[in-house]
Amino acid sequence: MAKDAVGYALTALNRLAGSGLVDRMGMRRLMERMAYSLTKSGFRVITTTARAFQSSGKLGKAERLKAPGVTRELFDLNITDEQQMIRDSVQSFAEEVLRPRSEPADAEARTSDETRAAALELGLNFFAVPESLGGAATERSPVTTMLVAEDLAHGDMGQAVAILAPMSVANALTRWGNADQQSRYLPAFAEDQPPAASLAVAEPHVLFDPQQLRTTASKSGDQWVLDGEKALVPLAAEAELFLVAAQTPDGPGVFIVEGGTEGLTTSENPPMGVRAGGMRPLQLDSVQVPESNRLSAEDFDYREFVDLGTLAWCSLAVGTGQAVLDYVIPYVNEREAFGEPISHRQSVAFMVANIAMELESMRILTWRAVSRAEKGLPFHRETHLARTLVKDKAMQIGTDGVQLLGGHGYTHEYPVERWYRDMRAMGVMFGGLHL
Amino acid sequence: MNLEIPNKIKPLINNAHQVALSVFRPISRKYDRAEHEYPKELDTLSSVLDGMNEGDPDSGAGAAQTGKGRGKEDDGSVKNGANMTTCLGSLELAYGDVALLLSMPRQGLGNAAIAAVANDEQLERFGDKWAAMAITEPGTGSDSAAIRTTARDEGDHYVLNGEKIYVTSGARADCIVVWATLDPKMGRNAIKSFVVEWGTEGMELARLEKKLGIRASDTAAITFNECKVPKDNLLGDPEINPEKGFAGVMETFDNTRPLVACFALGCARASLERTQELLEESIEYDYDKPVDNASAVEAELYRMEAELEASYWLTVKSAWMADNRQPNSKEASICKAKSARVGNWITLRCVELAGSIGYNEDELLEKWSRDSKILDIFEGTQQIQQLIIARRLLGKSSKELK
Ligand SMILES: Cc1cc2nc3c(=O)[nH]c(=O)nc-3n(C[C@H](O)[C@H](O)[C@H](O)COP(=O)(O)OP(=O)(O)OC[C@H]3O[C@@H](n4cnc5c(N)ncnc54)[C@H](O)[C@@H]3O)c2cc1C
Repeated sequence: MAKDAVGYALTALNRLAGSGLVDRMGMRRLMERMAYSLTKSGFRVITTTARAFQSSGKLGKAERLKAPGVTRELFDLNITDEQQMIRDSVQSFAEEVLRPRSEPADAEARTSDETRAAALELGLNFFAVPESLGGAATERSPVTTMLVAEDLAHGDMGQAVAILAPMSVANALTRWGNADQQSRYLPAFAEDQPPAASLAVAEPHVLFDPQQLRTTASKSGDQWVLDGEKALVPLAAEAELFLVAAQTPDGPGVFIVEGGTEGLTTSENPPMGVRAGGMRPLQLDSVQVPESNRLSAEDFDYREFVDLGTLAWCSLAVGTGQAVLDYVIPYVNEREAFGEPISHRQSVAFMVANIAMELESMRILTWRAVSRAEKGLPFHRETHLARTLVKDKAMQIGTDGVQLLGGHGYTHEYPVERWYRDMRAMGVMFGGLHL
Repeated sequence: MNLEIPNKIKPLINNAHQVALSVFRPISRKYDRAEHEYPKELDTLSSVLDGMNEGDPDSGAGAAQTGKGRGKEDDGSVKNGANMTTCLGSLELAYGDVALLLSMPRQGLGNAAIAAVANDEQLERFGDKWAAMAITEPGTGSDSAAIRTTARDEGDHYVLNGEKIYVTSGARADCIVVWATLDPKMGRNAIKSFVVEWGTEGMELARLEKKLGIRASDTAAITFNECKVPKDNLLGDPEINPEKGFAGVMETFDNTRPLVACFALGCARASLERTQELLEESIEYDYDKPVDNASAVEAELYRMEAELEASYWLTVKSAWMADNRQPNSKEASICKAKSARVGNWITLRCVELAGSIGYNEDELLEKWSRDSKILDIFEGTQQIQQLIIARRLLGKSSKELK
């Protein structure tokens, strides 16, 4: 029998009662800042109200970071000393903070405030904000961001997403924003309490293609009116700032939408993995934003905007793949069956060899695409190929990781089942992040 | 970080590409049909190539050019040297025809061994010769430590006895680098390599194989019967040294495996490009649609291209490591295993995608799909590469992980 109106109401009430979101926000904040409505699609909450972003008026024209000064002619896989220093600190953060917190963060579907505060200490946001706006960025650095993503995901992909999403918005504004957008929104990212922020590209329908958006933006006077639904938006409940992709009369565009804008709501629909990233649906119901909130600088390239997100996900998958490899090696050496370590059997050992081979394949294609992006060379083909390969291999590594641990791998006692769930994200994610 | 091929190598790549298109392709089918006939066109070509190599010794395209930058000072700067150029040059030639590339005079795998371990005097004597490599025997291939060919020490010379099979260019080369054991009881450390020149008494050509593919390349069986080889023809350390005997001879493979990977890449690229041409009218191929939104054939082409591209950069990486004197055994095996299996998959799938057109001799697709199979077998099979990779990752000996 189909569900009727009463059924829907009961379902919605049930969800509300069991919702971690409501508990976490607390009743007071709920009264003050949230409203909910009972609808067919369950209960929705208004997004977190944004602080007052005020233009610093600092910029006469948009900042654009240049490609790194030392352009090398020779093929070279070495990274710079500075990149190595950043990697060292990100790696120890990932190992000491993210990895131990990965299980509870997954269970709570949230990256804790303490973890996010600790991540701020790494100063990653500074690399996304130009010097003139209070940050430390002097040149374009997708390669560094890629390495950071890889290393964070080695600790935990979910928490990595929560940490990277705001930085991604800053990266995107630095790369694509006009002078006014940059001076209004970017300085906050270099402050002590930077806003949570996120990108919304994916949509909840099968065979989603980021070039064929169903969320629409239409012009009404000097406002853009956005309608539609986004899926898997990181930090959707807490973000103060969103970059939302929507179809305009002249093709796909991206709009700056502040949290708390009327008609902008989120709901609960917990994903299979990457849960600590706080990814939720984002509904846009006649959301109005000023004309000036569209990323429309002359050099805006929607394809590159999407590609830089895809490459961030590839980097995460590489990091998690490395985590699987590093985990299974000691495990298969220590675990014994039939009187010897299981690693003495070829079907076990070769699975490990294949993980290493395909992980290297994933990494080298990702590095290639990102290094081209950093140089200002075309990188769409390279991104397409990287995604095509990475999504398949990442999932193979995820599933082999569980297989190598047998029944133990299937339980929450071990991290491989989480990596299995996380790796599936690579095949469905568009947007959310930006190198 | 920079993942681009440097401009200084591009002229060499282009030259090799021209050779592939203008010299190899036109005679590709001819020598696939005329198995065991010597492709005389290669003589002219190899003198042209010699000219090119002399002009710039760093940018040769043959196996003899590999090695760890012998004799050059390491000033700590990044190098894109002989390993990379040789790889990329070979890839282009393989794009023309793998079998003809393997038949190129003086570019044999034996030349790579000589380049890697010969002393100055030996380089002087053998540097200009075409050298084939003979490890495999009827009783053993993958397990190269189990070879049975013996070398008896008789004062001023060694006496070789045994049978070698599957020697690439064995009949055409000037000399053969033969693996033999000084003492079968001493195990792998007693295995040494000897340069044996054709014409040496006791060395005989037993037969040439008829094969599935790479038919233009001849594959010889050679017997050694009380064959006297001068003492000075032993490559490397004549002592049985338990510390680093076998590891030493195996090191050559770190340089030659990326080369074989390049053969696979060239052959697969040829197939993929031709298939894309044939399918042009039937596909929309602009990297725009996510792979799952593309048609089945487009998705397959995207996957092939992605796999090929990954294999390519892994191979460039391992050559780059060799140029920069970084230990690269694992990476050399990774790129060989990956490129060879991807290459074989691509070439076979391309025949299938081209349908009946791909399955007959009007097109080279069917030939490439036969040629590609050997690349996942010689210089260490897929499984042997996986063993090498797995042992390194897991820290296992060959006794523990067999
Ligand atoms: C056209 C051609 C050219 C060649 N050129 C040369 C040359 O120039 N010089 C030369 O010395 N040799 C050459 N070879 C020989 C080639 O290197 C060997 O055929 C190859 O190393 C495999 O050895 P094998 O044929 O004895 O197979 P085997 O060693 O008998 O292997 C058979 C199968 O068992 C698998 N296998 C073996 N051991 C293991 C293990 N421990 N774990 C898992 N699987 C295993 C192998 O992967 C393979 O699939 C050539 C061969 C051909 C066909």
